[in-house]
Amino acid sequence: MSNTPADAAQPSAAREVLTAAEIDRALTRIAHEIVETTKGGQDLVLLGIPSRGVHLAARLAEKLEAITGRPAAEILGSLDVTLYRDDLRHSATRTPAPTLVPPAGVDAMTVVLVDDVLYSGRTIRAALDALNDLGRPGIVRLAVLVDRGHRELPIRADHVGKNLPTSKNESVRVELTESDGADRVLITDRAETKGSAL
Amino acid sequence: MRHLLDTVHLSREDAIRILDVAETMSDVSGREVKKLPALRGRTVVNLFFEDSTRTRISFEAAAKRLSADVINFSAKGSSVSKGESLKDTAQTLQAIGADAVVIRHPASGAAQRLARTDWIDAAIVNAGDGTHAHPTQALLDALTLRRELAARAGVDPTGRGLDGARVVIVGDVLHSRVARSDVWLMHTLGARVTLVAPPTLLPVGVETWPCDVEYNLDAALATGPDAVMMLRVQAERMHGAFFPSVAEYSRRWGLNEHRLGLLTPEAIIMHPGPMNRGLEISAAAADSPRSRVLAQVANGVAVRMAVLYLVLSGAPSTEGA
Repeated sequence: MSNTPADAAQPSAAREVLTAAEIDRALTRIAHEIVETTKGGQDLVLLGIPSRGVHLAARLAEKLEAITGRPAAEILGSLDVTLYRDDLRHSATRTPAPTLVPPAGVDAMTVVLVDDVLYSGRTIRAALDALNDLGRPGIVRLAVLVDRGHRELPIRADHVGKNLPTSKNESVRVELTESDGADRVLITDRAETKGSAL
Repeated sequence: MRHLLDTVHLSREDAIRILDVAETMSDVSGREVKKLPALRGRTVVNLFFEDSTRTRISFEAAAKRLSADVINFSAKGSSVSKGESLKDTAQTLQAIGADAVVIRHPASGAAQRLARTDWIDAAIVNAGDGTHAHPTQALLDALTLRRELAARAGVDPTGRGLDGARVVIVGDVLHSRVARSDVWLMHTLGARVTLVAPPTLLPVGVETWPCDVEYNLDAALATGPDAVMMLRVQAERMHGAFFPSVAEYSRRWGLNEHRLGLLTPEAIIMHPGPMNRGLEISAAAADSPRSRVLAQVANGVAVRMAVLYLVLSGAPSTEGA
């Protein structure tokens, strides 16, 4: 629906790489992959990484509910990684967001971390540390909407919506209805946007 | 945020940010691993020139939960008793490599002095200076009240102020840095504060503060406040006679069983501690289900974690005031 001529009016180099329909299809596929790898979605916990990972996790939980019948509220949570980041002294002060764990906790569960963009891998490193302080999951997996490469740590995603080869000078911006009014993924030159990719 | 010195200069936006961060910090206290790595490798010095139990322990717990290294310094048993000046002490801490200094001092303005000199580069957090300010106490009071109001309305406290709340602060306002910090912070957050005290325990110039003043406690309670905060009668600062007798003070300005009955069902009781039971607050009031004294202590750790995190994180170049 957002794939209209209006996109041509975007500031110069912004390029839409995923449309709303493509995002939805990618999430549907990831949901089915999760059901398959967890043998029907047993002992599953979805933890979204704020801010857009939380929205994506909520959508995945709804799709999983449609497939497995388990209520979304029972498996959905959020995991704030702000206080575990390795760049707290090198960037502007970040305000932490709440961490919410579903009632069953994370011990011995299959935890799927959900984020919008996988880039350096440092956010996921912080998330693994944060998760470790919450309990001892049985298995930890990673689902991302976009993998843009340029990893700085030995981390990979188990479920990827789209692999997007990018240059380091570009910025990948995931926009979701919940926070930005519409669903789409844009690539822009780094100079033009602050970018939510990190 | 570079320093936290008082609440007069704290904007509504900054105050709400501190409270919001404190809300996320308080989740940590309920976890099995009560530790966050945010301040790993940073050194926090608790520089206490005045006696304190809960504030020092609270700051120490807060710094440790954020993985900072904590050095406790109390004037008793230190070189201060040999005559070392604040300047020399500060320079010593600078040489040791302190990243933040939490200072409690009997002289009003001691925290400002440290923040504005080149004696030391560390972030300065005021933990009470003379009769001037005690900002973290005011913030924990605001956090306690905000959570109460949000629970009553059935909403999430995050991002909210104290708009429309009515708070009565009773007692020794003259000597109370807590009352000064509370009045300004709660005013900034949209609450209406009424001070109740004998005229001798109100400071000169109180009419210029953003609050109402009342001399009769029963009249103030009859207006149905959301919270009543009792202040400690600070005997150690009273070298003159401020009221005729303890019994008379207790009768006219103490929170006794009779006055407990005047409160609305939702009203809460707060006290910054330590309490003089039987003087400004009766045992029945202190131990009643309305009392939030222990919640205040627990919230104190969360607020101090938030303040230490906010003054110690962020690149220097990206910082505002």
